Amino acid sequence: MALLVAVLGLFLVGVATAVGLRRRPLVGAFAGLAVFLAGVAATVVEGVGVDEAPTATVKWLSALGLDLHFSLDGFGVLMSLIVLVLGFAVLTYAIAYFEHDETFARFVGVFLAFAGSMTGVVIASDLFTMFVFWELTSICSFLLIGLNDKSESARQAAVRALLTTGAGGLCLLGAVALLQVDVGTTRFTDLVALQPTGTLVDAAIVLILLGAFTKSAQFPFHFWLPGAMAAPTPVSAYLHSATMVKAGIVLLARTSPAFGESAFWQWWVVIAGCVTMLIGGWRALRQNDAKLLLAHSTVSQLGLLTVLVGIGSPLALYAGVAHLLAHAVFKVGLFLGVGVVDHELETREVSRLAEARTRLPLVTASLVVATLSMAGIIPFFGFVTKEKALVALLEADLGNVATIALVGVVAGSVLSVAYSARLLRALVRRPLKVAAEHHTSRVGAILLARPVVEAAGFSLAFGLFASFVGKVLVAPALSLDADAKGKLVLWPGIDDALLISAVVIIVGSFIGWRAPLTATRTGGTRGERTFDRIYDSTLGFAKRITAATQTGSLPMYVAVTAVVATAAMLSGLLLDGFPSAASFVDDSPMTVLVALLVAVFAVATVVVPLRFTAALLLGGVGYGIAVLFVMRGAPDLALTQLLVETLTIVIFLLALRVMPRRFAPASQWVPKWARAAVAAAIGVVVPCFALLVRESREAPSVAADYLTRSVDEAGGANVVNVILVDFRGFDTMGEITVLAIAALGVVNLVRVAERQRRAKSAGSAK
Amino acid sequence: MTSPEHPKDVSNSGGARNPSDIVRSAIFDELVDRWLSKVAVLVAIYVTFRGHNAPGGGFAGGLIVGGVFVLQYLTGREPHVRFRTILHPTRLLGFGLLLALGTTVTPLFVGATPLESHIWKLDVPLIGEVKIVSSMFFDLGVFFVVVAVVLMILLSLGTRQSTVFGDEDIA
Repeated sequence: MALLVAVLGLFLVGVATAVGLRRRPLVGAFAGLAVFLAGVAATVVEGVGVDEAPTATVKWLSALGLDLHFSLDGFGVLMSLIVLVLGFAVLTYAIAYFEHDETFARFVGVFLAFAGSMTGVVIASDLFTMFVFWELTSICSFLLIGLNDKSESARQAAVRALLTTGAGGLCLLGAVALLQVDVGTTRFTDLVALQPTGTLVDAAIVLILLGAFTKSAQFPFHFWLPGAMAAPTPVSAYLHSATMVKAGIVLLARTSPAFGESAFWQWWVVIAGCVTMLIGGWRALRQNDAKLLLAHSTVSQLGLLTVLVGIGSPLALYAGVAHLLAHAVFKVGLFLGVGVVDHELETREVSRLAEARTRLPLVTASLVVATLSMAGIIPFFGFVTKEKALVALLEADLGNVATIALVGVVAGSVLSVAYSARLLRALVRRPLKVAAEHHTSRVGAILLARPVVEAAGFSLAFGLFASFVGKVLVAPALSLDADAKGKLVLWPGIDDALLISAVVIIVGSFIGWRAPLTATRTGGTRGERTFDRIYDSTLGFAKRITAATQTGSLPMYVAVTAVVATAAMLSGLLLDGFPSAASFVDDSPMTVLVALLVAVFAVATVVVPLRFTAALLLGGVGYGIAVLFVMRGAPDLALTQLLVETLTIVIFLLALRVMPRRFAPASQWVPKWARAAVAAAIGVVVPCFALLVRESREAPSVAADYLTRSVDEAGGANVVNVILVDFRGFDTMGEITVLAIAALGVVNLVRVAERQRRAKSAGSAK
Repeated sequence: MTSPEHPKDVSNSGGARNPSDIVRSAIFDELVDRWLSKVAVLVAIYVTFRGHNAPGGGFAGGLIVGGVFVLQYLTGREPHVRFRTILHPTRLLGFGLLLALGTTVTPLFVGATPLESHIWKLDVPLIGEVKIVSSMFFDLGVFFVVVAVVLMILLSLGTRQSTVFGDEDIA
């Protein structure tokens, strides 16, 4: 697939712009525009009008069964075109929008990487591949929301969005695992064919829905999207209305033909969608900031899309695909238009939008057109798709679910007409004052206005040629569900849906026209506050747990470890019986002698009063054990033990030379006999347990297997080493990592102590 | 630290920066630097590479090299390689970890399981057939990590000791 090359190109140009071309972001931007065009061409050539969807597999980690699968089916073509065409339009807009802005290079870089990831999401043909690109879009979104890294609110919004969508991504990963284990595949086409059911599948459904709801800002995760408006307008228009937030809808669209039959799925989708629609609509009606108004309206429209795409009726799915296109077109126009007003007049207040009328007549006219499409007024495309949605829900044979969905959609539509009407009034009423002078160059003004006008033009053209667009949309819908065939018409004739629409428009306009333009502003939404409370209390909980368990007292740590280990092993011994006495002495007398010597050293280490002597005695214990290793035929262990012991003694001495010669008197919180008891207990229990474990072996030892495989498969005659570097190499990897962390810990502890000491001596010098 | 006996009670310390006046003598110096270090490094390399077939391996080899640095330290010098002091043992640490990690994941890219060994057999003139096993690189990674860990501990606990545990502000 040539489209994959374009995706790769987007990533490469993105990285190159963010890293290498910081001083010349325009070069990166134009390269990106070229890749967008190439991607569009590739999509059209490969995907349009072909009988069989082109597929591609990128071998990645085949050994682990992790390959990336792509398929450019009808829906993939539609979504890729939306992503790439809008990406092109928004990037040209951004060139003017970011004029003289130093964050432009970073914006272009992440923006292109995002466009690549999003294309990956829409052409992924299995859930795993989608998950990979899904997470990439979350990360890009985080970086773009926090583009202005000097603003604290932007950073907070970015973190909220990342944690919310990231949690959803993890849910999706869980779904991938469950489906792979239970059904054996995560391919969308296979899932649709298999129609899997069962408890594990239900769990996977919940996880998929959580993933979709967090990404597409569905209730109760709707709060992060308005916060994401901290990002610059091109980002809001592209990521947070037209593409990324549609990823959840894409996921629902891909999976609802597979799971849509289950009542469980239908209820979740319909309730979440309807509640979101109402909350978003209601909030949109009360915003002062035009951008926030659009954000809340996006939330509301996403609710509608969730209901349509997820309810599991083929016709509703078709209507959902159509409305997805309609929403992408008019919402991009609206966002970019408001961005132009913001850029020129430096205001986004709803009550001042009218000032744009004299200065930006074309943009204002386009905004009016897009708003009418959003409200669903004939002859714009929004009307056509909303009619189709109502017809689909009226005809759906799903019982109560469809009824509730219909009621929710009608109520949501009333609100959506209402906030559109309010926006419309803000645009067309007589301005209070005339705006000040221009400050954008002529080229810039054209670049800014062009996509807005185009979006409005398409909203009108798609509406006027609805039957043609409807035919084009059949292929995408069919690729999702073989029954999802439908058609679009501009004038459906007078039927139930049209009557409902008429009532909706009249009621909605009445509400919207009467709604005040300067609403009482509320602070952060309840969702945001709840999120923050959960976030803070999680951190607080972690701190309390740490404070309770990590007291910082070394004797305490040793005691807890020793007591717990002793208790665990003692319970095993009491259940299975102590090892026979014979197993202690069935060794050569030499071994017993060395073991006794080691024991004597160990006891002496504890009782001597001098640190230096104790360190040497401890070394004696270590050397004794090395001797035991030799006697039992483990030269590798003995060699290592010997070396470790030598170095340990030296390092001990290095540390000891500036410490007092004698041990400090032990603290009194535990009496001496208790310490001795703990030490003796663990000293007795561990060897007994080791012997018990050796005696109670049931499975054959792995040693025989390793010995036979060592030379042939790993090319080594020393099986101990082969185990370390080959058979159990992962363990070694982990161990050296721990070793590295420990060394860094030593270095930093010493450094901190040094700094504190310096600070203290500096303080005392003054 | 407020213990009155503290400053005088410290063994071997005094104001001298180097701890090891006892072992410090010209002959010892010469012996360690000229011969012992070099021989020990050779032994370490030998031990590391023979590890696949006989007792030894990266861990033991790394410890031997660590021992060389300890000896150098005890003769009163900073640990060094060919008169150059080692300034950034953390880089060595990272290099070792990356080498081991690289050996772990490389088989994935040729369609094998992680850490699966590949055996190359080369015919080297004069020496004959030489067998190279890919897990050798993993062992080398372990070697570097161990060397780096010893160096880091030595440098932080050793050289800066007087300021770390601080004799000067008591005196």
